[in-house]
Amino acid sequence: MASLDINAEGGPKFVADPLAVPQLKCGAMEDLESYVAHPKHNTDLGFPGELIDNWQEVAIAKIGELAEKNRAFQVYLDSCVKCGACTDKCHYFLGTGDPKNMPVARQDLLRSVYRRYYTFAGKYFPKLVGARDLTKEVLDEWYNYYHQCSQCRRCSVFCPYGIDTAEISMAARDIMNSVGKGQKYCNEIIAKASTVGNNLGLNPKALRATLEDLEEDLEDETGLSVRIPLDETGADVLLITPSADFFAEPHIDGLLGYAKVFHEAGVSWTVSSYASEAANFGMFIGSYENMRTLSLRIRQAAEDLGVKRIVFGECGHAWRVAYSFLNTLAGPFDFLDQNYPIPQHIMEFTHDMIQKGELNFDKSKNDEFRLTYHDSCNVARGSGMGGYEGGQFDLPREVLKACCNNYFDMDRDTIKESTLCCGGGGGLLTDELMDLRTKGASPRMTAMKQVTEDHGVTHMAAICAICKTQFSKVMPKFGYEMDSILSVHQLVGNALILTGQEIEEDPAPERDGVATEVNS
Amino acid sequence: MAYDVNGTTVEHDEEGYITNLSEWSRELADIIAAAEEVEMGEEHWAVVNFLRDYYEEYQIAPAVRVLIKSIKKSMGPEVGNNKYMYELFPYGPAKQACKIAGLPKPTGCV
Repeated sequence: MASLDINAEGGPKFVADPLAVPQLKCGAMEDLESYVAHPKHNTDLGFPGELIDNWQEVAIAKIGELAEKNRAFQVYLDSCVKCGACTDKCHYFLGTGDPKNMPVARQDLLRSVYRRYYTFAGKYFPKLVGARDLTKEVLDEWYNYYHQCSQCRRCSVFCPYGIDTAEISMAARDIMNSVGKGQKYCNEIIAKASTVGNNLGLNPKALRATLEDLEEDLEDETGLSVRIPLDETGADVLLITPSADFFAEPHIDGLLGYAKVFHEAGVSWTVSSYASEAANFGMFIGSYENMRTLSLRIRQAAEDLGVKRIVFGECGHAWRVAYSFLNTLAGPFDFLDQNYPIPQHIMEFTHDMIQKGELNFDKSKNDEFRLTYHDSCNVARGSGMGGYEGGQFDLPREVLKACCNNYFDMDRDTIKESTLCCGGGGGLLTDELMDLRTKGASPRMTAMKQVTEDHGVTHMAAICAICKTQFSKVMPKFGYEMDSILSVHQLVGNALILTGQEIEEDPAPERDGVATEVNS
Repeated sequence: MAYDVNGTTVEHDEEGYITNLSEWSRELADIIAAAEEVEMGEEHWAVVNFLRDYYEEYQIAPAVRVLIKSIKKSMGPEVGNNKYMYELFPYGPAKQACKIAGLPKPTGCV
């Protein structure tokens, strides 16, 4: 069990209930400003380099254009009745106590301006209906608070009208970009992915060297030639995975897990250096054009390599874009094998292999871990898996239970469709927002602490690159080790015994008579 | 935003990464390290030197695992492990060591 120093002096304080409503702290987060994009970051994406002179006029016109083009956006702005159901549903509100982090308040930042310019009452009686002029102060407030939304969509689950704050937050960022007020983190990354092919800026030569290095590790471990092919024309499967899987911990262990599964399945597969990124940051800034540019790279790679299938690795926002929008953005994919889901998630691939009994696991290899699973927001809400409702909740858990002996779910109100965000999604995984990220993670960490106390849980598994990085950074602030976060396919890889693999003779731990502990 | 190296100014960004990579020097590394509250010892320099060599060949920083593997070969497993890397560079061998080595910040979901 992890040694917990949960109430260390100066550290975040746990409360008993992960969803406890905090005391209000008005204005607590109003000065938190994410780094503004440099002119080049903006112009690379086709936005003005700096705030333009007539920004107010352009921004107001853009609100009208979005409301006209996107009916959902207009309905979201028009239909809120201030029922209050969403107020305590945002992890950033729960963690900061700042009332402007209540979803309804976040929506109202934009709604109040929309009312002023696009509704009868707002035009003539602004004060009566809470309509505001778009001033520089309002724009700055937008910038700060729309970069305190991770677009996780938890609030939308509880809204009786289904208002999606994520859509409003994306629209707000789109409007800000259109007048030259972009965020450095997102815009710099999108520009890199659009030119080099991935968010890291990993060029083909470096990618090849990294993958060859990892192949050596796999051979040392298994005694077999388990490959991670790059740019291999004619492969059946193109793997699109977040570039963090080529770089960071524990992401890389997930990649090694995919490689073992593909090896055991006997499927020919490849990574593409041209489309070496799954995460589509175009979504974070609400930019259809940028989202499309990035998606088209995937299509291009699939065509150039002549693959039959596209499989996505562990990446939350990638899966949202891939599952929900890929066909619209870059389809039709009529050149792929129509007998498989287009696109397919690696979890579906592995789950399918397990169902067929084709993977041989030694679950005791994961006995050092007592696990829970964090549903990543954009997989849980707004996408699916396995071709049936709720499959995105079941498949990862079934895969985990197939390769681990000790699995325990967290509080039901904090998982599945009600999952809490890790605190770093939606373009907020940047160092200057660390205070917000830590506070936003506290509800999730409290839920984890509960299963640590109740079931001795030591580790959490996830299937999103952002979640993994975020948790490895914030877990130490909550008394856990940084490596208490694991990739699901890392656990798959640990337990998977490949055909022909020489097994080291471990002194076998006593397991006879010990009941397998699995809850659901 | 600039570091002062014996009277010469070296520009850096909001986060302390130098903007013109060719302006790096060992003196500058010591100054950045001091700003990061990292005291440069032999092991720190082994990491920084590896990062710079790797960058020269590949124009990007190596994966943490690749870095650790190399340090393990050159300095042994007591130094070449993830935990120790974080003792050397508390804000991470990737980001903090890159900053001191005068390399760009790794971006993305990392």
